[in-house]
Amino acid sequence: MTAPDTPATTDATDDDPHGDVSVDLVDLDLELQGFSERAATADVAEYALRLGDDALILAQQLSRWIAHAPELEEDIALGNIALDLLGHARSLLRFAGSYDGRSEDDLAYFRDEPDFRTLWLFEQDGGDFAHTIARQLIAATYLYELYADLAASTDPALSAIAAKAVTEVEYHRDHAVQWTLRLAGGTDLSRERMIEGLADMWPYVDELFHDDPLIDRLPGVAVRPSSLRARFDAVIDAVLAEEGLDLPRGPIASGGGRQGKHFPTLGYILAEMQVLARQHPGAHW
Amino acid sequence: MIAVSDATRAREIAANVRDPEVPVLTIDDLGVLRDVEVSAGTVVVTITPTYSGCPAVDTMRDDLVLALTAAGFADVRVRTVLSPAWTTDWLTEAGRRKLVEYGIAPPTGRAPAGPIRLQLGVACPRCGSLHTREISRFGSTACKALYECLEPFDHFKVH
Repeated sequence: MTAPDTPATTDATDDDPHGDVSVDLVDLDLELQGFSERAATADVAEYALRLGDDALILAQQLSRWIAHAPELEEDIALGNIALDLLGHARSLLRFAGSYDGRSEDDLAYFRDEPDFRTLWLFEQDGGDFAHTIARQLIAATYLYELYADLAASTDPALSAIAAKAVTEVEYHRDHAVQWTLRLAGGTDLSRERMIEGLADMWPYVDELFHDDPLIDRLPGVAVRPSSLRARFDAVIDAVLAEEGLDLPRGPIASGGGRQGKHFPTLGYILAEMQVLARQHPGAHW
Repeated sequence: MIAVSDATRAREIAANVRDPEVPVLTIDDLGVLRDVEVSAGTVVVTITPTYSGCPAVDTMRDDLVLALTAAGFADVRVRTVLSPAWTTDWLTEAGRRKLVEYGIAPPTGRAPAGPIRLQLGVACPRCGSLHTREISRFGSTACKALYECLEPFDHFKVH
């Protein structure tokens, strides 16, 4: 409970911190049956928060392409991918919030930068379309391996969310792979931009696979990030080889998203995402 | 005895609620209706979303409450579950037929898994031709892609 505007301190009506705001909630009753008896523990909530924040920020970033993509079909594609990711974020944040009674909206709109747990890759600007595709290729390849393993988690809520997400993320990966090949095999300019996009996103790959003490405390529940690296590399290698692209080299970013240390872009992303909810608490349409 | 017939009736009403995005399908055809239970006057309907972020779930829930309330069930609860995850394998045979009649190509078989996917041919729902082309991998809703034969058509994609 870090934000000063958490539900307990607001003077909204009854038990609803947002007054008469109505948000349609996807209730995960079955997986979370016994939600009241067995809400997420502190560690499981922190883990769900990490994954939820990654999905939420990526969804927000992709939404920026709506009405700006190179063609209408891509507007729809990126919008659909964002919608899937938002679905994952809602499920994960809702579960995370079961630990201390915060809603998905409390977590999305009323936390500040240091309270977010997003990895730096997801905070990177989409740049031009090739940068967005490079970020998607890395993100979807990582998320696919992550959710494939998390589907076997001993935590029933995480397992259900992951089993649902994995088929969707596979389709996102396919979308990114197709575009990577298309751009790399297209004109000199599109190839150059694709190479640049991959080079600019590559410093943030390592952070995806960092283990830390939280992971050590959740055997069988959480997926060990380092265990995904070999499969991630194999997929990326196969895709890049298809068009004769080299694996980018260069510096590795320090990272720190899981500890609340963020890339400077996150503040701007949050400002845009949270402004309406904060300026007009309880607003609805 | 009354409880049994109530359960059957509630199940029938719930099964006839339509998918708001593809109204030719009922939620039963679509495979998103998982369970209907009646106990002590309360109806509990369990549904599952097709896609994690599918906004049609909210409409389905409202339609279920409306339909069951109109049929005299005073207390209706709709639960949404994620597990077991919905895939297009849950679509019934009747559902597939209705899709074709409606002009939507139903899901094809599954391509072998792997990072670089093999794309399977999609038959035109009007003429049956396999000389069709993908226009957009993502269509008007999360569950559809856009294809064209002599005319464009929607394809309910394999998921």
